[in-house]
Amino acid sequence: MTAQLRFRDLALGYERHPAVHHLDGVVEAGDLLAVCGPNGAGKSTLMKGISGALRPLYGSIDRAGLDSRDIAYLPQSAEIDRSFPISVYDMVAMGLWRRAGLFGGIGKADRTRIAEAIAAVGLEGFEARTIGTLSGGQMQRTLFARLLLQDARLILLDEPFTALDAKTVTDLLDLVRRWHGEKRTVLAVLHDFDLVREHFPHTLLLARSAVAWGPTAEVLAPENLLKARRMGEAWDESAEVCEHAA
Amino acid sequence: MTLYDLLVAPFAEFEFMRRALVGVFALSLGAGPVGVFLMLRRMSLTGDAMAHAILPGAAIGFLVSGLDLFAMTIGGLAAGVLVAVGAGVVARATEIKEDASMAAFYLVSLASGVMIVSMKGSNVDLLHVLFGTVLGLDDPTLILVAGIGTVSLVTLAFIWRPLVLECVDPSFLASVSKSGGVSHIGFLALVVLNLVGGFHALGTLLSVGLMMLPAAMARFWVRDLTRLVVVATGIAFVSGVAGLLISYHAGAPSGPAIILVAGAGYAVSVIFGPAGGVLSRQLPRRHLEA
Repeated sequence: MTAQLRFRDLALGYERHPAVHHLDGVVEAGDLLAVCGPNGAGKSTLMKGISGALRPLYGSIDRAGLDSRDIAYLPQSAEIDRSFPISVYDMVAMGLWRRAGLFGGIGKADRTRIAEAIAAVGLEGFEARTIGTLSGGQMQRTLFARLLLQDARLILLDEPFTALDAKTVTDLLDLVRRWHGEKRTVLAVLHDFDLVREHFPHTLLLARSAVAWGPTAEVLAPENLLKARRMGEAWDESAEVCEHAA
Repeated sequence: MTLYDLLVAPFAEFEFMRRALVGVFALSLGAGPVGVFLMLRRMSLTGDAMAHAILPGAAIGFLVSGLDLFAMTIGGLAAGVLVAVGAGVVARATEIKEDASMAAFYLVSLASGVMIVSMKGSNVDLLHVLFGTVLGLDDPTLILVAGIGTVSLVTLAFIWRPLVLECVDPSFLASVSKSGGVSHIGFLALVVLNLVGGFHALGTLLSVGLMMLPAAMARFWVRDLTRLVVVATGIAFVSGVAGLLISYHAGAPSGPAIILVAGAGYAVSVIFGPAGGVLSRQLPRRHLEA
């Protein structure tokens, strides 16, 4: 196995306050990893850091040579302007940005791929609808279709199944498993432990630093969960400078 | 009076009407699409503010070399860019929000512009700067306006994808491309350019009208982006032609006539527009099966 991601004494945060603190570890290429932890544990911050949208305060992330464009990142609350008059088809087609760029044409093969992606998320017939008319689940399906087209080696999903019904979650999970089958590395922030136990071989339990990291059944043991809850939120205005690493 | 007398004769008989026709056509080509994006980015009032901001620059140009196309254009461009950048800097560097800093900048610009023109020129000059002279477009001005229309269309073609994506999903754009900042600046430059173009025909106060009114109107008729752009451009041109004809037959000032035609169209759209107009919401129509 080769490492896709390697964290070395990683600290990520805002205004010098770390939300992720002293994280060390390796995500193997092709891993399907759930990232769990209480609110404020730094899960979303970690995703932002891996995607490159946030620079480490300290330490480093080694992405094994992946370009930021090889990383597909679905943020928790995407700042999408749902009132913008863009069709589902065009929204999904944006996933081809890497190939098409600013001016590249969308050829016949691309159209086939777009149609396949839309079919894979079960949105046939919705192509011409503007995104403002979609339900929450349909919007998430649209974003997953776009992820499909991005064809990325590393896929980051931040709470992808929050506020979705069981059917939508099942359909979208199929896609996640398909990516896993294609040996892509997938990291997903999740709160539903049952779902994690059933579908995710590995779990990182995060509470600013790693509480436990390994096979899901071991990580999600009651004592770890209790420990994670205790280590939860910590933003102290008058926090001292961290001497741990120095 | 025949239909020919009403619609065609004014343009057939008078060269200044033909020039005005070409002028409003060229203006519509740039102002229509730019206005649609201003509206979709919720920057309608920014456009308004920047239109006012152009005034002192044009006025200084006027001060230096009279009613000279080149000087007033350069002055207007410089002032537009200065205010756009200045308001942005103030908003980022201080506690004040961008809309408030825009308002501060444009009020000061408007007042200083009127002050400068009044000190040097006559009331006629002031009217010219404030409300333009669409019936007095000479060759260089027409070429300038047409050039701005061309540059606008070509630039929009270049920045279309990032511009759209930056409106819809800016964080996604940032994750796949670095073109977001460039397209934003390019777009602001287009706004200033088109306002300066519009300024020669419609004056600083009304130039933004041919941008925002057609865009806002189009929103009541179509929902799709491409159609919005096409419809807004068409509306801008039709308003321009109708305004010219009304001003010709009624002896009314042409700039305000053009904007008032667009305004009337807007009122009609608000009431009758099928895409979210008043009537379409109030009509007691039965709901559909699915």
